[in-house]
Amino acid sequence: MSRRPAQKPPEVGTTGHQWDGIEELNNPLPRWWLWTFYACIAFALVYSVLYPAWPMISRATPGLLGYSTRGAVAAEIQAFADANAPIRAQLVAADLSEIADKPKLNEYATNVGASVFRTWCAQCHGSGAAGVQAAGYPNLLDDDWLWGGDIASIHTTITNGIRNTTGSDARYSEMPKFGEILTGDEIAQLVQYVRSISGQSNDAVLAASGAALFADNCVACHGEAGLGNRDLGAPNLTDAIWLYGGDVTALTHTITYARFGVMPNWSPRLSEADIRSVAVYVHGLGGGE
Amino acid sequence: MTDYLKLTALGLVALLAAIAANFARDMAYMVHAQLIMLVAGGLFLWVIRRAGEPRIPIRQDQYMDGVIRYGVVATAFWGVVGFMVGVIIAFQLAFPVLNLEWAQGFANFGRLRPLHTSAVIFAFGGNALICTSFYVVQRTSAARLWGGNLAWFVFWGYNLFIVLAATGYLLGSTQSKEYAEPEWYVDIWLTVVWLAYLAVYLGTIIKRREPHIYVANWFYLSFIITVAMLHVFNNISIPVSVFGSKSVQVFSGVQDAMVQWWYGHNAVGFFLTAGFLGMMYYFVPKQAERPVYSYKLSIIHFWALIFLYIWAGPHHLHYTALPDWAATLGMVFSIMLWMPSWGGMINGLMTLSGAWDKLRTDPVLRMMVVAIGFYGMSTFEGPVMSIKAVNSLSHYTDWTIGHVHSGALGWNGMITFGALYFLTPRLWNRDRLYSLSLVSWHFWLATIGIVLYASAMWVSGIMEGLMWREVDANGFLVNAFADTVAAKWPMNVVRGIGGILYLSGGIIMCVNLWKTVTSVPGRNFVPVAVPAE
Repeated sequence: MSRRPAQKPPEVGTTGHQWDGIEELNNPLPRWWLWTFYACIAFALVYSVLYPAWPMISRATPGLLGYSTRGAVAAEIQAFADANAPIRAQLVAADLSEIADKPKLNEYATNVGASVFRTWCAQCHGSGAAGVQAAGYPNLLDDDWLWGGDIASIHTTITNGIRNTTGSDARYSEMPKFGEILTGDEIAQLVQYVRSISGQSNDAVLAASGAALFADNCVACHGEAGLGNRDLGAPNLTDAIWLYGGDVTALTHTITYARFGVMPNWSPRLSEADIRSVAVYVHGLGGGE
Repeated sequence: MTDYLKLTALGLVALLAAIAANFARDMAYMVHAQLIMLVAGGLFLWVIRRAGEPRIPIRQDQYMDGVIRYGVVATAFWGVVGFMVGVIIAFQLAFPVLNLEWAQGFANFGRLRPLHTSAVIFAFGGNALICTSFYVVQRTSAARLWGGNLAWFVFWGYNLFIVLAATGYLLGSTQSKEYAEPEWYVDIWLTVVWLAYLAVYLGTIIKRREPHIYVANWFYLSFIITVAMLHVFNNISIPVSVFGSKSVQVFSGVQDAMVQWWYGHNAVGFFLTAGFLGMMYYFVPKQAERPVYSYKLSIIHFWALIFLYIWAGPHHLHYTALPDWAATLGMVFSIMLWMPSWGGMINGLMTLSGAWDKLRTDPVLRMMVVAIGFYGMSTFEGPVMSIKAVNSLSHYTDWTIGHVHSGALGWNGMITFGALYFLTPRLWNRDRLYSLSLVSWHFWLATIGIVLYASAMWVSGIMEGLMWREVDANGFLVNAFADTVAAKWPMNVVRGIGGILYLSGGIIMCVNLWKTVTSVPGRNFVPVAVPAE
């Protein structure tokens, strides 16, 4: 445009108005501008005839194509539902423990489970299922299970959840707040004892006096050797895997105030096929029994 | 006599505010009542001290430029504040730890985000529009502002509104409507100020000494009138208590959403487009010293723009509870809006024909031209994004954020910077700007900042949209939401860096304007209102 000579404006002339030294040229509307504007208007008219558009007295014009956004998404969902219907029927009918032996069914369930997991479970357990220790969301990749790691146990946990108030069959147990039962010194001894049985550095003197406290207060749930009890969701205290952390601060907090991890019951929100799929997916992550 | 009336009114306001502060039901309301009490009390003392003093008669043939000088300072100040808050929240998104623990409830992302949007749109953009419109309407009408000190009331009243809005956000007072967050009493105050603004503007046009109304004034006037209408309708709400900030919207559900986006979209259309086109139509021909390209085009694109823009709001609600027919209309009106929007770009760019060589030597003009370029780009991108199929990918993603910022930083920011560089030497009677090379620095920092920002958000937004919709062969989602958040991290950092560049440019501008006022020699110049012909 810089090559265009500057004498063009005087040819068209100005409107004769002037404001604070500003004049206006009398150039016509650019042709391409006008025709593109017309084309947009034509497109708008055609589009509004084809699609739902003009509000009338009782309802809007439905459009010649009969399109609706809700209809379109419902059709898309239905198409996948139809395509998946046979294999989903198989999934629901199969015995849980046999799914792993049927390669096609197992592959489908794992894919579906992964997707359901990322939508519903990742918020707490992380999109990679590694959990969040600071918040007590369990890591699902290891072989340390609170309530059981076989597929039936996992299925039950997902269906009913843990310590929730929304399902009647939720898994339940409650650790007492030992801060209300024991003194601070006693809790410190217990902490050292727990660290000793899990093979961590500890104060041997305190740990020794903690052993008796452990026998009096903890064995009912965690067992004499501290191996835990899956019927009660009581964690194994002798391994290196910690739900809320195995350092002195975290253990002291756990014993003093107790923990109360909650998981929703998924049965009202997810279909049986989806719950089974998540169970298969989680079972297959590496720690399944 | 008027002094006594003023004293009575101010005393009464201070007293009522004190009572309101005493009975306040929440923190934001209490702080605001105390603020109003202090302002009214301060004004009371100021009026008392001046009572009975002889007033110097105002020369009615001179332009009223004092209020515009204040407006220029306020625009530059709020601009830097708004950009700075933007940089902070950009880094809060990239590094969540910057939502500092001790500042929770005041300076976390959720509180600062509306502070940023309101600071840049209403504080920076609003002050820019008010001060440039006062300048332009006087010059192109050859008349002093109508209404005596009413213009001062508009300036101070508007800035009080901004302070009330900003402090309200930090204290948690919000209607939760985007760009309409301030609560009921702040809305009422803005309505009063805005009607005063309309009166000053319209009064000046009515008493003009030019036979015709210049095109810039059409745009400014449409902006003032439409914003008044939008503001009132979108803020109809019932206060829970006269002594509390909380109010309940009259509309509910999808009706409320529709009113909100009718407002929200036209805040873009009339505040950020029509108002700033008014700015463009005056400052570009002045700076280029060329006639406007086409009078016909300005008429046609003005009327087409204001007629079509008002219907386009539903495109913000595609694929929601909004009925399909409303979404269709929102989309087709947006597409028809493309050419009317580009009419302004053509008129701006073609005004430079025969003067393109000035771009080599005049960084201020370069800034204005780049602003028009970004305007053209955003007003093309907008209709594209309003198409349902495109929107199903772009909606809720960073693409929208990129679109908004290429418009806001590129168009609104750059044209305002150009206007400030034009106005400062003239308003303070200086020969020239302090440094043109600093203007060049500002230009390049801002341009590179915008490019980094917008391209990062395009990449991030399209990637996010594709990840959200990705399904496997069985129709199941492939990505978790957290996966998309993790994937966006590098782009979030680039965005923050772009923001730092843009902010640095703004600070350089402030230094340059300050030095222009303080250390450039003056010139003799009497701003007398004379008709051009």
